[in-house]
Amino acid sequence: MKAYQRKLDIRNGCVDLTHGSGGRAMAQLISGLFHEAFGNEWLARGNDQSAFDVGAGRMVMTTDGYVVSPLFFPGGNIGSLAVHGTVNDIAMAGAKPLYLSASFIIEEGFRFADLKAIADSMGQAARDAGVYIITGDTKVVERGKADRLFISTAGVGVVPDGLQLSAENARVGDRVLISGTLGDHGVAIMSKRQNLAFETEIVSDSASLNDLVAGMVEAGGRGIRLMRDPTRGGLAAALNEIAQQSRVGFHLLEEAIPVKPGVAAACELLGLDPLHVANEGKLVAVVAPELAGAVLAAMRAHPLGRDAADIGKAVADDHHFVQMATSFGGGRIVDWLSGEQLPRIC
Amino acid sequence: MKYADEFRDREIALGLAKAIRAEADAGRSYRFMEFCGGHTHAISRYGLEDMLPKNVRMIHGPGCPVCVLPAGRIDMAIRLAERPDIILCVYGDLMRVPGSHGASLLKAKARGADIRMVYSTIDALGIAQENPGREVVFFAIGFETTTPPTAVMIRLAQKKQLSNFSVFCNHVLTPPAMQNILESPDIRNIGRVEIDGFVGPAHVSTIIGTAPYEFFAEEFGKPVVIAGFEPLDMMQAILMLVRQVNENRHEVENQYSRAVTRDGNLRAKEEVSDIFELRDQFEWRGLGQVPYSGLKLKRAYAAYDAEARFDMHELRVDDNPACECGAILRGVKKPVDCKLFGTVCTPETPMGSCMVSSEGACAAHWTYGRFRDHQQRRAS
Repeated sequence: MKAYQRKLDIRNGCVDLTHGSGGRAMAQLISGLFHEAFGNEWLARGNDQSAFDVGAGRMVMTTDGYVVSPLFFPGGNIGSLAVHGTVNDIAMAGAKPLYLSASFIIEEGFRFADLKAIADSMGQAARDAGVYIITGDTKVVERGKADRLFISTAGVGVVPDGLQLSAENARVGDRVLISGTLGDHGVAIMSKRQNLAFETEIVSDSASLNDLVAGMVEAGGRGIRLMRDPTRGGLAAALNEIAQQSRVGFHLLEEAIPVKPGVAAACELLGLDPLHVANEGKLVAVVAPELAGAVLAAMRAHPLGRDAADIGKAVADDHHFVQMATSFGGGRIVDWLSGEQLPRIC
Repeated sequence: MKYADEFRDREIALGLAKAIRAEADAGRSYRFMEFCGGHTHAISRYGLEDMLPKNVRMIHGPGCPVCVLPAGRIDMAIRLAERPDIILCVYGDLMRVPGSHGASLLKAKARGADIRMVYSTIDALGIAQENPGREVVFFAIGFETTTPPTAVMIRLAQKKQLSNFSVFCNHVLTPPAMQNILESPDIRNIGRVEIDGFVGPAHVSTIIGTAPYEFFAEEFGKPVVIAGFEPLDMMQAILMLVRQVNENRHEVENQYSRAVTRDGNLRAKEEVSDIFELRDQFEWRGLGQVPYSGLKLKRAYAAYDAEARFDMHELRVDDNPACECGAILRGVKKPVDCKLFGTVCTPETPMGSCMVSSEGACAAHWTYGRFRDHQQRRAS
C-alpha cells in the first residue's frame, strides 16, 4: 500500500528545511515541482546522475552560478537566465548545446509558487533551446544564510569537427560583429532595484543564442574566429579580453554600435557607459573580412540578430587597446570597467 | 536622446573646431584649465583633445569631490562606521576611495561595518526613519551643487524631529580652490603654473551664479568661462577663452546661459548660509590645506553634525611622496610624468587623487586617452 502524502500546496506553501533533508519531503519537491517542469526521460529514471550518448565532434563543457537580484525582472527570471546563460556559453564555442544540470540553493521560507514559476520558465527555456536538464540537486539553508534562491547550472555540448573558436584567434583585419542592441539586460535589472527604481520600457534581452549561432556557423564556417556573449563588464570587457588573448587591438565606430534610446537615456542618468552594461542575449563575433558580409546577413535573417551590425575591426597594436572613433568626432579608449558597476546582475 | 543629442552634434562640433583652429594664434600656446571633473570626463569620453589644434591644451583641474577627499577624512568615516550603533550612508563612488594603509569603505563594509550605498540624500533620511534604534550618518560630499540638498535634508530631519540622523560634512567650495591653484605656497616647489584661462562648472554656477568668479578674474587677470557639460558646451567655451586671450580680456563669461545667471539661486544660497559656515581651512587630496575652502555645520545645528555628535577627531594622512597629483592638478606635469601612473597607480588601485574616480585627471587619461601617449612616442 502506498503511504499517504499530502500534496504540495504550491499556491500557499513554502520551502522549509525538510525539503533539503533527503527525506520524503525532498523527494516530493523534486518529483512534484522540478520533474514536472523539466519533464524528460533522463530525470524520470530517478538516478543521481544521467548517462547519455555523444555524437561525433569534440565535447564542450561549462558551468555558471546565478545570483541575480531581483529574481523576477522585465523579460525573464533567474530560471530562464540560468538556462540562457549556460546555453550561450556553450554556443559561443560554435557548439550545439545538449544537456544541462541544475543545482538549487534555496533559503528556507521561499514560496513554492515562486519556485514553480522559476522552474517552469527554466523548463520552457530548455525546450526552446532544444536542451534537456537531466540531473540536478536541491539544498535548503536556514533563513538569512542565502538570499532567497541561487541557481547553478552546468552544460555540455558538441562542437562539429574542424571548428575551433577561441579567444586567441582574432587577426589583424578581422571584422567585429555584434548581434544587436547593447545594455538591455543591465538596464532592465537596474530599473527594478529597490533603491534605484526608475520607469523604463526596456526588458532584458535574456535569450538562448544557439540557433542564431548555428546559422552563423553555416554561413561563415571557419571564417568565424571566435564568439563571446558580452555579459558582466559588457562589450568593453569582452573586446579587451579578446585583444589581450589575440595580441591585437580593435578600432570601433561609436555610431555603428546599436543602443536603444531608452538604454542610452538610463545610462546617461546613471552615469554609465552602455559598453560596460551587461547583456544576456547578445554575442560579439570576430570574423574573417571576406566572410563578414555573409555572417552578418545570416545574423540579420534571425529574429535574435535583426539589429546585428559591423562595428569595427581588429588592428595591429602592441598595447592591445580597444579604441573608438566617437560619434562626436574624436577618439578614445574603450577600457575595462573598473570597480563594480552593480552587484548581482546575473 | 532628446535634449542631449542636440549638444553632441558632430557637424556643429566640426564648425567650432574649425573656428578654434582659425582664431588660435599659431605663434602662441593656450593652456586652459577645466576645473571640474565632469568637464574632464566629457573631454575624454568624446575625444575632444583630438579636435583641438596642438597649441590649445586642456589642463585637468581638481574639481572632483570624490578625488580630492583626503585619506584622513576616509579614515574618520571608517572609524565611525566601525561603531556597532552606526549606519553610514554614502554615495557609491566613495566606496573605493583609499584611506590610509589601503583601507576603504568597501573593505570596512566587507569586515562587517554597516555601510549603505544611497543614491540621494532622501534615501539616507528614509533609512534613519526605518531604524529608530540606530544612529544614521550621511557622508556628505560635493561642491556647491550638492550642498543645498544636504541643507534641505537637515531641515527635513528637523521638521520630522528625527533624533538619530546626522551629517558628516565634507562639502567644499570651487572659487577658493581655483585661487589655490595659482597662489598656493607649494607652487614654489612645483614650478611655474602656466594657465591662461579657466572653464568654470555650470552646475556650481546654477547655485552660486557667475559673480563669485569676478574677483578671481580681476585679481589674477585670467579669463573664466562658465560652461555646461555637453561636448559642444566645452568646444564653445574653449573658443570663448581663445577670443578673450587674443583680445587681452579677463572677464567672467557665461556659456551656459540656458541655466546660469549672475546671482545664481538665491533661495538655495540662503538655505546653505543658514545652516553652514566656512571652515578656516580644509584639506584637499593633492592640494593640501586650502584656506576657507570647506563648509561645516553651524553650532545651532550641532545635533545634526556627526563630527560634534560623535566627537570625531581630525585625522591627517600624508599623500604618497612620489605622487605628482599636486603638479598634475596645476598643469605643471602630465599624468605620464608621474612614476606611479599606470604602474602602482591605476583605477583599480589608486594612489593619488587624480586616479581615484573616473573624473580625475589621471583616471580619465588612463581610461580614455592613454593610447595618445604611445602615438606621440611613436611619432617622436
